[in-house]
Amino acid sequence: MREENEMSDWFSKLTGKTKSASEAKERLKFILIHDRTDIDATALDEMKDEILQVISKHVTIDRSNVKITMVHDGREQRLIADIPIKKCVKR
Amino acid sequence: MITGRIKINIQVICNNEKEERMSAKIITITSGKGGVGKTTATANISVALAQLGQKVVCIDSDIGLRNLDVVLGLENRIVYDLIDVIEGRCRIRQAMIKDKRYEGMYLIPAAQTRNKNAISPSDMIQLCNEIREETDWILIDSPAGIERGFKNAIAPAEEVLVITNPDVSAVRDADRIIGIIESEEKGPSKLIINRLNPEMVKLGKMLDAEDVLELLAVKLIGIVPEDERVLTSTNIGKPVVTHEKSTAGRAFRNIARRMMGDDIPLMDLEFKEGIFHRLSRIFNEGGE
Repeated sequence: MREENEMSDWFSKLTGKTKSASEAKERLKFILIHDRTDIDATALDEMKDEILQVISKHVTIDRSNVKITMVHDGREQRLIADIPIKKCVKR
Repeated sequence: MITGRIKINIQVICNNEKEERMSAKIITITSGKGGVGKTTATANISVALAQLGQKVVCIDSDIGLRNLDVVLGLENRIVYDLIDVIEGRCRIRQAMIKDKRYEGMYLIPAAQTRNKNAISPSDMIQLCNEIREETDWILIDSPAGIERGFKNAIAPAEEVLVITNPDVSAVRDADRIIGIIESEEKGPSKLIINRLNPEMVKLGKMLDAEDVLELLAVKLIGIVPEDERVLTSTNIGKPVVTHEKSTAGRAFRNIARRMMGDDIPLMDLEFKEGIFHRLSRIFNEGGE
């Protein structure tokens, strides 16, 4: 069954066609996060900026590699922040 | 001097007349979205439980849009309805329509000419309390939506079964409703995935039950495959569960047995091979 799945994934990549069921699942993931938290993409971006501002006050961060995402954890939502900190050069 | 000692053994004999009092389990079936199969599921699970020798009272709480009566084929037997009971025009017993085809099966129909604001959640709780000692199960068919009618339907429930279809809008609404039920402290809902088409799943054109479970993160109590016999049996007012060969009927019978506490694995007749194997794994992990 797994192999069959991998085969069909591979096949759909090759033909450039994604199956509508997997698109439905991906869309639902985002819809449910929004519905459960009442935070839309704009609000999430604003929050990200504020978080980064606060952290930047204390350490120098690598803004280009920051990842702040909302993920499912069962029926709970989790805000995961991965914020790389730049090396501090001691004077 | 020897003092005699008298031991007195007092035995209290209780008059233990075994008066087995029933206390019904109260289950509400809801969905958020309309048309996913709440009424069909309520009718079928009720009849399946009755066929397992249980006494079942099912209540149609969809005031103004009653349908459980037609699905059960009892529409011509209505004299009194739920609102008549609540407003004191009759006793509960008078509103309980006995389904003569299935021993132990009763229906309390909804009122058709009123609206859901005619009753309150406390009315529903009181009504269920009045009958819970004379039946094994009370199954409440909820109206669609998240308003008053839904609140009335879940108020007396000890457990809520959420029914969904494997499509984006039904799953989204199911998630909303599961969240509300959680916040009402009704405990975790159990999920019925209805109208799953194994062929379409195989072709990647329909969400798999596994996907739906992953998204909603609740326990599964059954998967009902799409089956045209559901429609034809509704046409004649005879729930599909009475149809021996129907795959949907079999799935509903299995749900009823799981509700009774039987450990029934998801059978490959409920769905096609392949999906079944992965699902039975999830189902077992779900603690059933």
